[in-house]
Amino acid sequence: MIITTLADKINDANAKGRTALIPFLPGGYPDKEKFWKEILELDANGADIIEIGMPFSDPVADGPVVEAASLKCLDAGVNLKWILEGLAKVRSQINAGIVLMGYYNPVLQYGLEKFAKDANSAGVNGLIIADLPYEEGVEFRDLLAKNEVALVPLVGLNTSPERMKLYADGGNGFCYFVSVLGTTGDRDSLPEEIKVGLKQAKEIFNIPVALGFGLKHPSQLIQLEGLVDAAVFGSALIRHLGDGKSCAEFMKVWK
Amino acid sequence: MKRGYFGDFGGQFVPELLMPPLLELEEAMGKILKSAEFQQEFTSLLKNFVGRPTALTYCANLSRELGFNLWLKREDLAHTGAHKINNTVGQALLTKMMGKPRMIAETGAGQHGVATATAAALLDLECEIYMGAVDVKRQSHNVRRMELFGAKCIPVESGTQTLKDAINAALRMWIANQRTTHYCFGTAAGPHPFPLLVREFQSIIGREAKQQFKERTGEMPYMVVACVGGGSNAIGMFHEFVSEESVKIVGVEAAGTGEPGCFNSAPINLGTPGVLHGAHSLLLQSEDGQILPSHSISAGLDYPGVGPEHVHLHASGRVQYGMVNDSQAINAFKMLCHNEGILPALESSHAVAWAIENKDSIPKGANVIVNLSGRGDKDMDIFEDYLKQHGK
Repeated sequence: MIITTLADKINDANAKGRTALIPFLPGGYPDKEKFWKEILELDANGADIIEIGMPFSDPVADGPVVEAASLKCLDAGVNLKWILEGLAKVRSQINAGIVLMGYYNPVLQYGLEKFAKDANSAGVNGLIIADLPYEEGVEFRDLLAKNEVALVPLVGLNTSPERMKLYADGGNGFCYFVSVLGTTGDRDSLPEEIKVGLKQAKEIFNIPVALGFGLKHPSQLIQLEGLVDAAVFGSALIRHLGDGKSCAEFMKVWK
Repeated sequence: MKRGYFGDFGGQFVPELLMPPLLELEEAMGKILKSAEFQQEFTSLLKNFVGRPTALTYCANLSRELGFNLWLKREDLAHTGAHKINNTVGQALLTKMMGKPRMIAETGAGQHGVATATAAALLDLECEIYMGAVDVKRQSHNVRRMELFGAKCIPVESGTQTLKDAINAALRMWIANQRTTHYCFGTAAGPHPFPLLVREFQSIIGREAKQQFKERTGEMPYMVVACVGGGSNAIGMFHEFVSEESVKIVGVEAAGTGEPGCFNSAPINLGTPGVLHGAHSLLLQSEDGQILPSHSISAGLDYPGVGPEHVHLHASGRVQYGMVNDSQAINAFKMLCHNEGILPALESSHAVAWAIENKDSIPKGANVIVNLSGRGDKDMDIFEDYLKQHGK
């Protein structure tokens, strides 16, 4: 089953001559009251897809900024139920696509089938599970697809063309290309070899390619023109909000 | 059975960025471990550096008191004072033969950190050890040893600041440095192929114990017992005996203070199925799938998960998994010191304690081998603190 919502959002932005924007915020950040307001503000200020983090106690793919923000949300009592119920209430006001990103165990405990159904009901378009490589995710991917939720493939600089093809065969939504061999967190520069990886991904995947991990400023994308359809940014946004600034202000730089 | 699984447990639940080094490791295991060059050098190192075979000691005094014959497989006599060295020498040699110049590792009690630093020094590898900040404080002696061997010990300040967070930090570092670095995982847990790799290097414990016991008595033991945190000393002891149907096998988890609802380190007895650190296993977790803090008086058992093969052995009924609390472990610690002149690690004291606590269910005169996974010098401060706090 081909799920086109997320790809359409990115393609629409590209058709307007710009890179699609995918801001990431952990569910419940900066606090449970403000969170949904921030999501609406991201939507109103140019987000094409919004990634909502599902906080986990042991996030091995995350750097210190996302980890600290996620742990803060867990301390405040955020769980998947809170995120899905809250999203269901505000989804009709959000134009952007919605992707949930997190780790496998909380989803497994929620119940894979129940999660797929509830995610669909809440208006989730895609799911990124940081610790679910192709081999472990095949059955869940099919279950999600039945509920019209895309399991977004996550690949990186060290992913061989053979493995990219595995992901491409079943991948939906967009390809999330990790810009560094490392964890989430903004960096001043991106590795030179990223161009080779992105070219490979563009050739192998027939869905848009988004670049994430390490992005701090749109100027980082200048050298990657034609290779990146969408940009994901999390740590820089979290830090910006942590300083008490607004989403609108942050998005202005990227628009 | 699916690749990398023991029954329903195991697998490779890791970020895609870690799949290439895991596949590389699996391939290297297939090629290098079987080679005559590796086997020759590994066997020589085990004999001449580690000090194998370690003794099988009959505890005459305690046996009289307990009513069954207590034997100890003396991993405390291995170089660096614990079974951990079997695994790290093996992985260091593998690292060298894979052409990587650097090893990183996590450590809880510090024993795996010391053993990794030791093997790295021997084989001229760079070495970095991640250790929870809480563990750095309670095992400062081992931190000093690691540094003396040239390793850099990095305190991990995130999360519960214990072993699980040290593993998270090491995994993150491995993602970033996989091209030059091998992650020397310390226990038979984590993503495939680590549970197999660590078992491969630790199974020398059971092979020796079986042979030594046969030579001494001409028969098989009635029972083998070992403590289980992640479970590497236990799987090393059990592997050789699993196919011996007459031998009862017991793994012992840490029950913490033993009070209902207390923090513990007993995921097989008190946990639920879930995914942590790359494997589907049993975990201490909340209903929402968040990992709960664990506790044991022994830092080496203080882990909210357990190796997937143990969960499978539990599910299949082949191995029984019991629990021992802090106070029972302290009692066994003292008893072994007083009666046999052997100072056990607090981890191993849990295994000894299980045998003591269950003496009435063990037939008179039966032969029980307990794996003494390490020595207790490192635990003296914890022991003293415990006595101060409990007025004994």
